[in-house]
Amino acid sequence: MRISYFPGCTLKNHAVNFDDSTIAACTRLGLEVKELDRWNCCGTVHGLAADDLIHRMAPITNLIRAKEAGADAFMTGCAMCYSTLKRANLHLRQNPEALSVVNGFLSLEQTDYRGDLDVLHLLELLRDRIGFEQLAARVERPLSGLRVACYYGCLLVRPREAAIDDSEQPRVMEDLMAALGATPVAFPLKTECCGAYQVVADPGIIAERTRRIMGSAASHGADLVVMSCPLCAYNLDDRQADARRLDPDLAPLPVFYFTQLMALALGCGEEVLRLERHRTDPRAPLTARGLL
Amino acid sequence: MSVPVRIYPERSRRGFVDQVEALSGQRLLACYQCGNCSAGCPMADHMELLPHQIIRLAQLGLGETLCGSRAIWACVSCLTCNGRCPKGVRIAEVIEAVREVVLRTNRRDDRLEVSALPAERLASLPPIALISAMRKLTS
Ligand code: SF4
Ligand code: SF4
Ligand code: SF4
Ligand code: SF4
Repeated sequence: MRISYFPGCTLKNHAVNFDDSTIAACTRLGLEVKELDRWNCCGTVHGLAADDLIHRMAPITNLIRAKEAGADAFMTGCAMCYSTLKRANLHLRQNPEALSVVNGFLSLEQTDYRGDLDVLHLLELLRDRIGFEQLAARVERPLSGLRVACYYGCLLVRPREAAIDDSEQPRVMEDLMAALGATPVAFPLKTECCGAYQVVADPGIIAERTRRIMGSAASHGADLVVMSCPLCAYNLDDRQADARRLDPDLAPLPVFYFTQLMALALGCGEEVLRLERHRTDPRAPLTARGLL
Repeated sequence: MSVPVRIYPERSRRGFVDQVEALSGQRLLACYQCGNCSAGCPMADHMELLPHQIIRLAQLGLGETLCGSRAIWACVSCLTCNGRCPKGVRIAEVIEAVREVVLRTNRRDDRLEVSALPAERLASLPPIALISAMRKLTS
């Protein structure tokens, strides 16, 4: 299967730890992931207004690029990119009229888009096309004893038509972590929104959200929190110090991308984890379990 | 004290209702005010009007109150409410429609001035944060 990999812009700067670990882990699994040529920013959010066709153009040009590359599937790890691309794709599949407007607008493209490419999140690809049992068989360094809280945020599980799992009780990341040998902990706030882009205009909102979400993970005994969205990671890791000003008792809790723990368990070298990118010290829990 | 309530919206109110219904693709009167949407809203602490109240005001065509509220900008389209509404109302789409009503006027009534952000904060923010904030808060 030929998979076109869409990293998204944040994985090329703030979240290189997500990008590098994704490629390293997929390569270990024998998945042929090829970064899409000439990809462009997906636009980050799906416009909710019924007439908002202009914001479908950016996601669709990426799907056109993938068609031109002869891909069988289109894959991304960023939860926001996934949602934006998936929902644009769904919208055009369900609205032939909108599809023809978009193709007309993109008339300088060599290829018309027909809505015939599947947009997959990496977690879906691992679960549905590889299988966690298969994946478990490839683990070289089981994450034994590591207590992991899996944070989904919003866009992996909402809206329902573009969700990779159950909206209220998802388990795909817990299943992945168990396959890697880690211990998923209960985490009631795993689908609670982190406040997203409000960090730009009103960081106080994020401090309050981060205090609640990370406080919940800590109180359930997590050593660390895994996620799939560079915006969640920025809010929950880089802004964690702001949350601690609201609540000095909030224990430092490191944040990882799920691909970093995959890479670690599959035997990749420490350099692909890019641990220097983390704000909250990521080493302590890994060293304590003899994983570094 | 009694407050007069007009049950039949005036023409201008009807215009606002039509605009919001068209932009959101929702039928506002489907909402029966159970409050489920507000109960789970993560931004409720930062809103002076809760999501179910936003829907109620939209039903009544009270566009000025809604367009001038802080709450419509606090909502981050997390879609928790949409998934829990027993009537299938897409509340997030309604709130986006109200934001669009504001942003589509020629007043350029933006809620974010990127160039006015402190340089230090601007440098630390990832593109995913800046782009989504600009998409949601500027015209
Ligand atoms: S969501 Fe972001 S990281 Fe993903 S491509 Fe779009 S702007 Fe970039
Ligand atoms: S950034 Fe926050 S708001 Fe967005 S998907 Fe991640 S959890 Fe949700
Ligand atoms: S959950 Fe639905 S029906 Fe209930 S108040 Fe909100 S919009 Fe109305
Ligand atoms: S979409 Fe907006 S109104 Fe609905 S729960 Fe999320 S923040 Fe609240």
